[in-house]
Amino acid sequence: MNPNRGHYPEGEALHRSLNGRYRSASIWQALFFSALVVAILSLAALLYNVMDGAFGYVAFEYKNDPSEFTAKPLDDLNKQELLDILTANLSSGAFKKLENDKAMEKRSRPDLYTLVLERLIQIDTKQTWSMTDSILHSKDIKAEAAAKYPKAKLEFRSWLTPVFLTTPMSSKAEFAGVRTAILGSLWMVGIAILFALPIGTGAAVYLQEYANKNFINRVIQTNINNLAGVPSIVYGMLGLAIFVRALEPLTSGSLFGVTDANGRTILSAGLTMGTLVLPLIIINAQEAIKAVPDSLRQAAFGVGATRWQTVWHHVLPNALPGILTGSILAVSRAIGETAPLIVVGASTFISIDPDGPFSKFTALPIQIYQWTTRAQSEFHAIAAGAIIVLLVLLLTLNATAILLRNRFQKKY
Amino acid sequence: MQNIQSPEYAIETKNLFIFYGSFAAVSEVNMKIEKQKITAIIGPSGCGKSTLLRAFNRMNDFVPSSYVTGEILLHGQNLYGKDIDPVEVRRKIGMVFQKPNPFPKSIYENITWGARINGFKGNMDELVEQSLRGAALWDEVKDKLRKSAYELSGGQQQRLCIARTIAIQPDIILMDEPASALDPISTLRIEELMQELKKNYTIIIVTHNMQQAARVSDYTAMMMLEKDGSRSGTVIEFSETKRIFTNPKDKRTEDYVTGRFG
Amino acid sequence: MKQENTIMENQNFRPLDLRKKIRPGESIIQSLLFVSGVLSIFITVAIVYELGKEALLFFNNPDVTFAKFFGTTRWQPGVGLFGIWPLVTSTLITSAIAIFVSLPLGLATALFLSEYASPKARSVLKPILEILAGIPTVVYGYFALLFMTPLLQKIFGEGVEVYNMASAGIVMGIMILPLISSMSEDALSAVPRALREGAYAMGATKFETSLQVVLPAALSGIGAALIIGISRAVGETMIVAVAAGAGPNFTFNPFQAAETMTGHIARISGGDLSYNTIDYTSLFAIALMLFLVTLILNLVSQTIINKFRQRYE
Ligand SMILES: Nc1ncnc2c1ncn2[C@@H]1O[C@H](COP(=O)(O)OP(=O)(O)OP(=O)(O)O)[C@@H](O)[C@H]1O
Ligand SMILES: [Mg+2]
Repeated sequence: MNPNRGHYPEGEALHRSLNGRYRSASIWQALFFSALVVAILSLAALLYNVMDGAFGYVAFEYKNDPSEFTAKPLDDLNKQELLDILTANLSSGAFKKLENDKAMEKRSRPDLYTLVLERLIQIDTKQTWSMTDSILHSKDIKAEAAAKYPKAKLEFRSWLTPVFLTTPMSSKAEFAGVRTAILGSLWMVGIAILFALPIGTGAAVYLQEYANKNFINRVIQTNINNLAGVPSIVYGMLGLAIFVRALEPLTSGSLFGVTDANGRTILSAGLTMGTLVLPLIIINAQEAIKAVPDSLRQAAFGVGATRWQTVWHHVLPNALPGILTGSILAVSRAIGETAPLIVVGASTFISIDPDGPFSKFTALPIQIYQWTTRAQSEFHAIAAGAIIVLLVLLLTLNATAILLRNRFQKKY
Repeated sequence: MQNIQSPEYAIETKNLFIFYGSFAAVSEVNMKIEKQKITAIIGPSGCGKSTLLRAFNRMNDFVPSSYVTGEILLHGQNLYGKDIDPVEVRRKIGMVFQKPNPFPKSIYENITWGARINGFKGNMDELVEQSLRGAALWDEVKDKLRKSAYELSGGQQQRLCIARTIAIQPDIILMDEPASALDPISTLRIEELMQELKKNYTIIIVTHNMQQAARVSDYTAMMMLEKDGSRSGTVIEFSETKRIFTNPKDKRTEDYVTGRFG
Repeated sequence: MKQENTIMENQNFRPLDLRKKIRPGESIIQSLLFVSGVLSIFITVAIVYELGKEALLFFNNPDVTFAKFFGTTRWQPGVGLFGIWPLVTSTLITSAIAIFVSLPLGLATALFLSEYASPKARSVLKPILEILAGIPTVVYGYFALLFMTPLLQKIFGEGVEVYNMASAGIVMGIMILPLISSMSEDALSAVPRALREGAYAMGATKFETSLQVVLPAALSGIGAALIIGISRAVGETMIVAVAAGAGPNFTFNPFQAAETMTGHIARISGGDLSYNTIDYTSLFAIALMLFLVTLILNLVSQTIINKFRQRYE
């Protein structure tokens, strides 16, 4: 009855052909899965690579022996003794400069201790080893260090320390910290959000609640989606041309009587970064507003509210968690962005805390970039330390965003 | 699947219950569906018609929470038996859906794809022509076999879906409201086609259209939610179509087919 | 009855006026919101204007000729070398390597997640990809220079330079992978269920259905993902700035160092750059090219996605 029936495998043959089909399917499935494994391994390798760099043995020598300055072991000196050593041995010019940055009397003991090491004794790092090597081959390393650098001290060091977080930049890797960079990043992100959040929310409210589907609004929407895809370095060029150069009187602060800055300030960087995250904030805020059910608006209109009253009293409060989540994501994007800051002119060497929008600045990713591209391995080590700081910062932000989302994911 | 002599019935269900999670969408169905006949399943919306139909070729497997108890027998084998491969079941029991769902491929490939994956050894061109003729579509598309199936009208697409189903030579074809998305003329063509197809195939069709059921089917199963308030559907009456429409045993069937209820 | 009366009485006391009233507060707010919306257009205009203005200065320089720009292969505007090719080829090579890595991996990941992984597995695996997507690119730069390059050197030996395009490209591929994967996954899950069921009903296995029906049906969406991926790779700066090389170099050997367009902008602008020099304007010319290329890619991708959505809605 079925003319083609004979052409299909039946019974046992069907079983067999099906088994073949299942086999090739499971091979492919394994292949697909291995792609995922590659992705996971890459992430693991990246994190491991950073950890590997941030801890490990280091061999260093004192350029000047501590005994030239004091009879006691260095670690046992108290604050006053350290200060005395500095006063006695630093040139008066150098001392005065330090005094200008921060009064010597007011500095803490660890601070003075570092100064003694950095300025007087001076450390010369001979070699660093990765964490893995340090753990697996510690004997070999000790032998190697003893042979190659007979005068050197070998110690297992974490490059990421509390001191690393609280000391400013230094030209010596051993004494450098990320304090200035963290403060710079915070200032920059703060300005970016102050700029982008109100405008972005406003734009989202306009597009979701006011705009009808005419040509100009469609253009705005398409344009926002495209801006989200513009390479960040192009934003940097925009910032350079507009905020740094064209608006220099404003961004350098000369309008407000600041004299010693050019346009390459935190304000310029913040505004540039704000421009960069603006599309992101708009899109996220639009999503949040979209999620507010229409019944709520109709209820408000139904009791005679105007459009703005409806938005202000009902839509925005309900969309707020979504908007906040979106801005946290924008903040984490801004904290990690590097390229625009380079173009806008982050200073790479700066050791004074930023004290306002018109300060010169550096930022965490800028320091990472700087240190990574240095040739000496001790700089790679502090780059790794700074990366850990950055990643922990981002992790905290994202965890907050997720918590916020889960906390308020409710109701409708 | 082995051919154990020629049984009288195409499909037989025994004490069949179908669950979504803890909810029994269909309860206690016992029916014997005759070979090379058209069996219609009718009943109000939500009474479990689609659920029952999809159980026949294990399409419900794709709803993670769903499972069945009882048996559905094909050639004496329980389709839900432990050693049964659902892919082989579907190979033998094809299905046409409510909305035409041709693959985003050419008309030709729509038909050959199933043949290819199922290890067809004969002449593809012939198969395509036979299947399209079988679905009464050949004359309309023979000059544009390489065009995308999406260029066809809804009715043509639905016949293409029938054609691709008969191309793999199943024993049974399930149809879930195959004409509900179509205009009256296309509907008529599909109905005529079913009369043709029943010479070679057993057809089970779900329909909301009483006239359609009366026109095309030999047997009719009337489904209804159970009276106990459990929102579970069951077959309340199953017999020759003539009987269901002229002299039903169950009062509810009478009310339903005469449009007084449902 | 009684109630109706009170309403009538009320109306007698307060005549009903339904004419439009001018609400100054509302109008001001609405204009402010409109301005916020329009600001985004202003940003685009500003980008085009500022980049265009400086780029024009560059191209109007009598030393910069069409023949030199496209006909020579050395780029050093400061000394009158204006051949754009070394920057373009290295951008293309690093991007190609990145796509070569991320497309198959991203697509396979998407297929696995959308077609095979259980909801539970998904809920563990997806966040891992999201972490990968959230890592700042400068960190990827560190990874490229201090992990991938030594690895390549171990595998391919001496020929691999300390700065090289291959390492930057591969790591860029890892960076783009989550993007391609999540966009492809969206495309795959947008394929209507009816299509899958049609395939299953013909005796297709799950695998045959995913690969031969669902995947082709999602192809345009995956194409959109690919294009966005290319745009990302072309515009990516930090990975190439750290790991690909610090100087234009006209070479097709991926194991050699060569600076990309973005890397060049980053390096030159990071130094002491004075306005109104050819170095300054040349950077804007490059940035303009970058902007236009990525803009076109993004627009194409978006058009594809919109078409794709319409088809299945
Ligand atoms: N995937 C599912 N998960 C959970 N419950 C389902 C699912 N599909 C159907 N149901 C439930 O099973 C019952 C029967 O549904 P079914 O689709 O079989 O009805 P039907 O008779 O085909 O209705 P209609 O005539 O509207 O197509 C309904 O109560 C429905 O809500
Ligand atoms: Mg149904």
